[in-house]
Amino acid sequence: MSLTPQLVLFEEDHKQVVACAQRLVRDANAKAVYLVDKNGQLVAEAGELQGIDTTSLASLVAGNIAASGGLAKLIGEDEFPVHFHQGERDNVHITLVAQRIILAVIFDDRSSLGLVRLRVKKAGHKLSELFDEIFKKAEELDDEAVGSPFAEISDDDIDNLFSD
Amino acid sequence: MAFINYSAREINCKLVYYGPGLCGKTTNLKRIYERTADEAKGKMISLATETDRTLFFDFLPLALGEIRGFKTRFHLYTVPGQVFYDASRKLILKGVDGVVFVADSQEERFEANLESLDNLKDNLREQGYDINKVPWVIQFNKRDLPNAVSLEELHQALNPEGKIQEFEASANTGEGVFETLKALAKLVLAELKRGSKS
Repeated sequence: MSLTPQLVLFEEDHKQVVACAQRLVRDANAKAVYLVDKNGQLVAEAGELQGIDTTSLASLVAGNIAASGGLAKLIGEDEFPVHFHQGERDNVHITLVAQRIILAVIFDDRSSLGLVRLRVKKAGHKLSELFDEIFKKAEELDDEAVGSPFAEISDDDIDNLFSD
Repeated sequence: MAFINYSAREINCKLVYYGPGLCGKTTNLKRIYERTADEAKGKMISLATETDRTLFFDFLPLALGEIRGFKTRFHLYTVPGQVFYDASRKLILKGVDGVVFVADSQEERFEANLESLDNLKDNLREQGYDINKVPWVIQFNKRDLPNAVSLEELHQALNPEGKIQEFEASANTGEGVFETLKALAKLVLAELKRGSKS
């Protein structure tokens, strides 16, 4: 298929992405950082927000980016790469990294928009590098078809999933 | 396209329910939500208008179980069916792994089904997908209604070559809803398996 390749995330890459997100939480004095694939899948998270429904968060953040991307195209822009939602207590700062990953930072008045923007910029470069590498690997994997957990599954495995 | 996470040992797939306005896409998701154990489902999100018409999408995450040590997660989305929401439909199709086309069996919606299926094909093509390569199934919904046209007519109009699996359903009562979902989930997993071997 000609579209974006399948996103495959190996453990060591995931660790590096999470480490980068954790650093951003500290540097930006943020409550939490989420990395979400444009298709709505949560890729990594870091920070203090407990009990938040991250699956919903990921799908809504991706929907938000998709909708504003559509809006951007309507007025002749390619995309709006930076979004900011201001709340009474908590705020969300959203940017795109490596064209395909959404970086969402949640912060309150212990931080500021200026600080978050500054730190996101720095972390964004590092994350872009990491994800470019991850996508390259995924493409190679697509070509070589090595190591996919699904190469070995049988029809029975699939049937068993639906046996109940 | 599916997201394979080795760190969490998870595989995530995106399934989209497509079809004309008021054909029962959201109702499909509601029945699945109601009849799935709490531990296997997440929260259902509906971005709807005040009159409960889908504005952007409905979203329901499901965990189906493990395959070879990998948790399989399916993210179910619906699209807004009304003709003028085409921009939103395109966005939701991005990264899709499989489609349920929900057809409305009522006689007066016959044309709307054809139009919506053409729209699905166009929008998939626009995203770089070929409908002949994307796993998809057809659900003939609202079979319980008195004005439902015959299966033969629907079959001839929407799936004349008979290549696509068809399911009769009445999403209102829940009949046929899980059969449709299971069939598509199987196709998607089989495609992943095939894709990883080719």
